[in-house]
Amino acid sequence: MENILQWISDNQQVIYIVILMIFVGIEVIGRVPSVLHTPLMSGANAIHGVVIIGAIIVMGKAATDNYLALILGFLAVILGTLNVVGGFVVTDRMLEMFKKKK
Amino acid sequence: MFSNVLTLCYLVASVTFILGLKMLSNPASARKGNLVAAFGMTVAIFATIFLYEDNGEKLHNYVWIFAGLLIGTVAGTLSAKKVKMTAMPEMVSLFNGMGGACAALISAAEFYHIYEAHAESPNVPFAELVSVGHYLTIVAGAIIGTISYTGSIIAWGKLNGRVKDFSFKGQHIVNMIVLALVIASSVWAYKSTIGDIYIPFLLIGFFAFIYGILFVMPIGGADMPVVISLLNSFTGVAAACGGFLYDNKAMLTGGILVGAAGTLLTILMCKAMNRSLTNVLIGSFGGNKAAAGGTTAGAQGHYKEISLADAAMVMGYANKVMIVPGYGLAVAQAQHTCHELEKILNEKGVDVFYAIHPVAGRMPGHMNVLLAEADVSYDKLLEMEQANDEFKTSDVVLILGANDVVNPAAKNDPASPIYGMPILEVEQAKTVIVNKRSMKPGYAGIENDLFFQPKTSMLFGDAKKVLQDLCAEIKAV
Repeated sequence: MENILQWISDNQQVIYIVILMIFVGIEVIGRVPSVLHTPLMSGANAIHGVVIIGAIIVMGKAATDNYLALILGFLAVILGTLNVVGGFVVTDRMLEMFKKKK
Repeated sequence: MFSNVLTLCYLVASVTFILGLKMLSNPASARKGNLVAAFGMTVAIFATIFLYEDNGEKLHNYVWIFAGLLIGTVAGTLSAKKVKMTAMPEMVSLFNGMGGACAALISAAEFYHIYEAHAESPNVPFAELVSVGHYLTIVAGAIIGTISYTGSIIAWGKLNGRVKDFSFKGQHIVNMIVLALVIASSVWAYKSTIGDIYIPFLLIGFFAFIYGILFVMPIGGADMPVVISLLNSFTGVAAACGGFLYDNKAMLTGGILVGAAGTLLTILMCKAMNRSLTNVLIGSFGGNKAAAGGTTAGAQGHYKEISLADAAMVMGYANKVMIVPGYGLAVAQAQHTCHELEKILNEKGVDVFYAIHPVAGRMPGHMNVLLAEADVSYDKLLEMEQANDEFKTSDVVLILGANDVVNPAAKNDPASPIYGMPILEVEQAKTVIVNKRSMKPGYAGIENDLFFQPKTSMLFGDAKKVLQDLCAEIKAV
């Protein structure tokens, strides 16, 4: 119990961010029309590609002769980039079609 | 100095993510919103590469990092550019899986990092080195990321038909057991000493891997959009775990934002189908096939076919034709031909509108995107309520490869698995022409009464081929 309380107060800043972000996330897309469900999902998919930052950090911290760490990091960077780039490009292609609204 | 600039860059990224998501939920600003978020992402990535410092030390291995970025960018752009409009949903699922795998790998690397740093003292209990909170973030990232990865791959396979629905009796119990094993392995790993921790850690990954597969396997293909959206929010949470691990606010805000928005979006998608999330996940559409077939078996009866010439005649002399597009249209890539038919009918003085069910196709909004690609003008696309008013005054309804969204069982048959889903009430029109490839049931796996009604006639064949022939016939009328 003591541990948990300590952990909460040590990480209170992060916990605040998490809680506020949950509300922001819900508010921000609350009124989306169903037409946009798919592109929105795709866009959100690209945004969670931000995990690439973690991959870059792992990669950049790995010792140059530590091959397992290098390979893990390298794969993570590739996969993360796929998520980000592919995600944004696919979303853009979907939305391109909404542009010709007359 | 560097770290302050980095903080600023992350702040910019977080704001663009929120702004981007906000703009994405409005048709007028959606495309810009996507670009705004992409811009923020680029800033965050390059800021990390060049400005990140770990205990005062810059990152190294630049060759590896840039090689990885390059491979990912080229592969991602090519596959995203080349994918057909119909295959978009599975592409999203695939990319989502990549993100999940990335999060899992980060956790694995972090785990390995701790393991290696203490490798020379194998008898030290792991719990003494790492706090519960820290351990939970690593393990949560690994578990959620892995589940999201395998789940997304299965969802991808289901959407492109490579993976068939599969369920067996007691599957939910098996799923629960596997999930319990994931948790048990996590506890075991935490209690282990450094020397033999890798076995339980690999087991965590293994069981999470299996769970991801089992979790998606029994859910019917029609529910895949909902599942993908859910897995999407999972990956968001996994990314947030990484943000927690590195005390990185951009990852944290981005991840949680997607986690929350994704969950809400999942619920909104379920609502559009008038079902609850639990119903989707546990009631699994596909799994009830046998039972559903039993209850509607009575609907089997005679259906009548219509010839192309007759169909062309009926449509050519109609005042108003409503087209109900469905997945069949998407599969056949017939959107352009469909627009062609619309133009030909217009020349003959026939009004043509499209009735768009919110979940027609494989993704909400699928049909809008598809028809927009073919330059069909927006005011021709009627949403469900509007369309249901228009059916009364329509002479002909042409259904192109849609099935469950026009199934009257959703209104009349409480025993039907889709009971309660709002549908397009096409039977109010004078004539209904249904184009399908065969009498096979739709994705929900249930019979459709509509096909056996006296005012309905069937026009079998691939949507594109049939539409081309119809165009030719109508021109000749």
